Order: sequence, then C-alpha cells, then structure tokens
Amino acid sequence: MAEIILDHVTKRYPDGALAVEDFTMDIADGEFVILVGPSGCGKSTTLNMIAGLEDITEGELRIGGQVVNQKSPKDRDIAMVFQSYALYPHMTVRQNMGFALKLAKTPQNVINEKVEEAARILDLTQHLDRRPANLSGGQRQRVAMGRAIVRDPAAFLMDEPLSNLDAKLRVQTRTEISRLQRRLGTTTVYVTHDQTEALTLGDRVAVMRSGVLQQVASPKDLYETPVNLFVAGFIGSPSMNFLSGSIEDGKLRTSLGDFTMSDRLRREVEAEGSGRSVIVGVRPENFEDVAFVSPGHRPEGITFHANIDVLESLGSDVFVYFTHGREQGVNSAELEELARDAGRGDASGSGDTIVARIDAETQIREGHDAELWVDGRSIHVFDPASGKNLSLAVRGDDGAAVIRPAAPSAGTAAAAAGESAATDTGSGEPVSGAGSTEPAGSAGEAT
Amino acid sequence: MAAITSTPRQKTGWGVANFVVIALALIPVLWMASLSFKTPAAILDPSFIPAQWTWGNYDQILSTSQFIRPLINSIGIGIIATLIAVVFASMAAYAIARLRFPGKSVLIGMALLIAMFPQIALVTPLFNIERALGLFNTWPGLIIPYVTFGLPLGIYTLSAFFREIPWELEKAAKVDGATPFQAFVRVIAPLAAPGMVTTAILVFLACWNDFLFAISFTSTISSRTAPAAMEYFSGSSQFTVPTGPIAAAACVITIPIIVFVLFFQRRIVAGLTSGAVKG
Repeated sequence: MAEIILDHVTKRYPDGALAVEDFTMDIADGEFVILVGPSGCGKSTTLNMIAGLEDITEGELRIGGQVVNQKSPKDRDIAMVFQSYALYPHMTVRQNMGFALKLAKTPQNVINEKVEEAARILDLTQHLDRRPANLSGGQRQRVAMGRAIVRDPAAFLMDEPLSNLDAKLRVQTRTEISRLQRRLGTTTVYVTHDQTEALTLGDRVAVMRSGVLQQVASPKDLYETPVNLFVAGFIGSPSMNFLSGSIEDGKLRTSLGDFTMSDRLRREVEAEGSGRSVIVGVRPENFEDVAFVSPGHRPEGITFHANIDVLESLGSDVFVYFTHGREQGVNSAELEELARDAGRGDASGSGDTIVARIDAETQIREGHDAELWVDGRSIHVFDPASGKNLSLAVRGDDGAAVIRPAAPSAGTAAAAAGESAATDTGSGEPVSGAGSTEPAGSAGEAT
Repeated sequence: MAAITSTPRQKTGWGVANFVVIALALIPVLWMASLSFKTPAAILDPSFIPAQWTWGNYDQILSTSQFIRPLINSIGIGIIATLIAVVFASMAAYAIARLRFPGKSVLIGMALLIAMFPQIALVTPLFNIERALGLFNTWPGLIIPYVTFGLPLGIYTLSAFFREIPWELEKAAKVDGATPFQAFVRVIAPLAAPGMVTTAILVFLACWNDFLFAISFTSTISSRTAPAAMEYFSGSSQFTVPTGPIAAAACVITIPIIVFVLFFQRRIVAGLTSGAVKG
C-alpha cells in the first residue's frame, strides 16, 4: 500500500526522442488510476518508468514517500501484469505464481499457502500444476493476475491486461479486476488504449497524447468537461461530433444553426481564440428526435432537418448518421491524430458525418428526412489552433448553460418563460456575468 | 511450394532423390565399417560384406594406450572446450540480442571474421605462441584454439535463439524481484536450452572432428586426440598400411557422435517457448 507520486517526470531517449514530457500526477493510496491514450502516446513508457524497467531522464518518482528513481524494479515492491502476460513457459502455474516469493527467499510453506489462496480467489486451483501452454487465454490472464497478487505489493501496474482477450471475456474480466482491486485496496495504475475500459474501471483517468498529460479527472468529469479537442474526441463512444463554426455578430454560426453565446464565452473566445473560427463539439446523445423533446425544452436547443444516411438500432438506443449542409469538415492536428489512431485515413472525413443517439422509439427511417434537435446547453466550443475548450472556463461556474440558441439564458429563462429550464441545467446559483443580453432572434433552422 | 501440394509423382521423385543423397553419404561409412571387420589379409578383397568377420582390428586398437589415451583426450578436451564456449557464447549472444552498446556491430563483425579465417594460416603463428607459452602438447593448448573458433559459431546460433524469447519475460522476472543475473539464469537460459544444446553439439563436433590443430599442437599421446592418433597407427611391418585398425578407430570415434545427436535431437526440436505469451 503506497501512494505514487510522479513529479515532473520526463523520458528522453538517447536519440533525442521525447517519449514522456513533464508528467506530474499524484496517485493516492488505494486509488485505481487509468492511463489512457492512443498508441505511442507514452502511457506504457510511463508505466515502465514506475516499474523501473525504463530510466527516468528528469524528474522524481516517489513510491510510498521514497524516491525510487535509482532503484531497480526488485527494490520497488511493485507487481506488474503484462499485455502478453509474460508467463514463464517452463514453470507450472504454481511456480509462476510463487516465483517472486521464491526469489525473496520466502519459506516454501508460506509460498504454498499464498499461492493456493490466490488460486482460490482467481479460480485456478485445479490448474496449479499445469503449464501456461496448456491454459486458455483467460486462464493465462488470471495466472498473470495471480502472480501479481501473491506478492501483496505496494502497487499493481497493469499494461493493457485485457487486450488479448476476446470481447466477451474482456468485459467479464474487467468486472473481475475492478472487484479484485476494491477487495485488495492496492494502489493500481492501469494502462489501456480503450476508453471504455478507462471510463468503467478508473477512479481517475489520465489522458495522454504524444507524451504529454492532457487531463486527469474522474471518468464523469472527463466526459463532461474535456479540457481540449483531443480529450473530447478520445473519450466517448461513438465519439464527439466536430463541426466548424464561426463567430459572427456575437452569434456562433454552425451548419446546424446559430447559437447565441453568453458574454463570458464570447470574451473567452475573443481573448483566447485565433480569430473568428472555432470548432464546435456535440456529443451524439445531445441530439434527439424532435418528437421526443418536450416543447418546454425545445428552446434550449435548435431544431434542424437532416437526411438520414444510416440508422443503427441497438435495441436500447438508435444511432443515426447524417451529413448536414455544406460542412467543410474541421482541421486540427489533434483530430487528425485521433483519426489516425482510429484507423481512418483523414480526419476531415469524420467531420462530415454526424452521429446522433436518439430515443429507441423513434419513427425516423433510413434515407428519409428527419427533424432533429440539438441541445445547446451541452455544446463545447474549441479553439481550432490550440484545441483548448473555450466553453470550459465559463462552464465551471455556470453548470452547463453556456450556449443558448436565440433564447433567454438560464437565469432569466425560468422567470421569463416559466419553464423549468434552469433546474434542468443543475445550476440553481445566480449567473454572474454569463447572462446573455442578446435578443431572442433567429432560432436557426439552417438547412 | 511443391511439398505442400505434391502429387504422387512428385512424392516418388523426392523419395528417389532423398534415397540417392542418403546412399551417397552412407556408403563410405558402411564401407569403412565393413573394412573394420575384415582380416588383414582380406583388406584388398573388393566384396562389400566381409567373407570372414573378425573383431581383431578392434581388439588391437582398444588394447593399446596408443588409442585409448587419445580417446580420453578427445572426450575431455571436447567437453571442456564445449562447456567454456557455450557459457561465454550465451552471455555474449544475450548481450548482442538484448542490449544496445557501442561497438556491437564491430563485435559481430569480428566474430564472423574469426569464423571465416582459414585455420591453416594460423597454425604456424599459434604453434610459435604455444611453444613460447608452454602450452604446446597440453590440453589447454588445444582447448584454447577450439574455444576461439567455437565462440563465433555459438554466438551466431545463440543470438538467433535469444531474439526469439519474448523480452517481456525478462521484464516480468525483473519486476518479480530477480537481479539481471537471476533473470538470465532462471528464466532466459532455460528457455534458450534448445539453442544451447544445438550450439553445444555443433561446437563439440567441431572439436571432435578437428585434425589440423590436433596434429600440429601435440607431440605425444598425453594430449593427442583420437583423429590425430590414428595417423600414428603402425602396421605389422614398416611397409603395411594399418587400414583395418584405422577403419576400426574411425568407427569407434563415430559412435559418440551418433549417440550425442540421437540423444539431444528431441531437445533441439522442442519448441520450449510456447505458452509464454498469448497463444
């Protein structure tokens, strides 16, 4: 049991390549932290540095209050689960799990006891005398876990431990790992490139990109308040839709329609932004079939028409795909990187098609025109140059009410229109300086 | 790939070709065995199967220290040289396969160069060196050059084996608390065992079969190895060639090789690394 502190940790390879840059993070005792990012973002390097398998170029790493930069892995009291499991093929399951204890010169009866207890927890008792070659993938994975837990270490490090399992087993094992971690209460650092794993497992999630830590937050915060385009695009499945937008006459103009910005957001955009163009991010679930939006809510967003290209029904939800207007697609280095990671050639292609998650009861048909609604309160505005989420600063003290379609803002809306808009935003506090002064005008139906 | 989609006709063709190759390789060996069982008078008899079988040649060579002692030398020198070469070659090969260090390519190049060097060119300088150092006609006098030429061979075969072993196993061992040496001895080396056995066989064969160094760096049976000793066999008179005893000795020194290879064959073939990583 120990906390792990990474203090401005940097990894630079001899050839000058920077793998991890100025990584600072405090991992509390017993916490389950996920490092997530696309391949090559430095997350595994970071984990290897914590394990002591790679040297730290700059900065300080403390485990349990002790600086361990110069300590070899064996003196750090950490256990690691590898992506390939790295079981010793010439040893039985029992020997595999007891290897670390044996190296530590633990008495044989203690080793047996601990191995058998771990085997009981992991349901491996009947396989103890078999070799890894005779085990299934899931069993091997459990042996790798067992090898870690018999040690009772200060921390577990897991390097994509589920990526070699098939989809069904992965979900099952994910739950088991979560339960095991709660039960043992051991500090755990878990590396994955799968954002679903990250969101479901972690107490906190750290998103990395090109060796730089982007954001550390709880899964919920990460999802709702991404600090930049990269985090916004990486977290969430299907991922956030990005549209190009422009600021004209204090309004945010997009192909879906015009939104009125609050004063604070406009100031933010003017201060930070590079000119008049922005990138607008909308999560799929912020769209809805107009038929399922109560008339009271409709002013909170804008309504538009779209021709549905593809409709996917998952039973509980329906995903619709459409292209809208003369969408240019958005250009941003961060989005391109995300697209590359997702295996798509060009990012602009993904900007054209919009994905919306709508109510399963919808009557919308594939290939037909549909009337959709987008929730203005949940829209994110990003600076295309820096990728920074400009709506975040405002969102901090104003709940979600940042952008309005040409309608009164949260503070005044409830009073003026008698709607329950303000309570929906979860913000009962007075809005300071964020109230829109724009007159209700063209609630755009941009087609 | 003809072997995969072979017609019966192709199979027959390959069978015949294999048979021819094996026959060509085996006929001289069988002829030698036949000679070793012939009486001195029948040596020039052209028939393949001896008309009269005799153990006389074997009795003759095995009853004299002129052959027994060199046989012991051969076994001793071969085993010691092989052990030293395999131990050092595995360490060197491990470093070459795993580490990045300055001069690595130079090291590999040098090893290759030594392996390629014509041994005959080295006999005279080595002879003088050994005389000066007092190594002439001693076991170390043969072990050292054998190790020298065994190492490049060992480094080459073993580094190929080490590259096949997943690196994560070593990381896992380190995290489990092993020192680099423990990781090597307890995890990597057992997995490289097939490679080490292969290498050991190759190095041992080279030592066992060597004639050039054995005849050049020895002068008495105290360190002369079996192939060299055969050269000193004498006939019943000055003018008779000891064909029978030579054939018998050749058969005797072939037997350990056959046993060696048959015994370790399974180890060489065994794919020991299966199951280390996902299947």
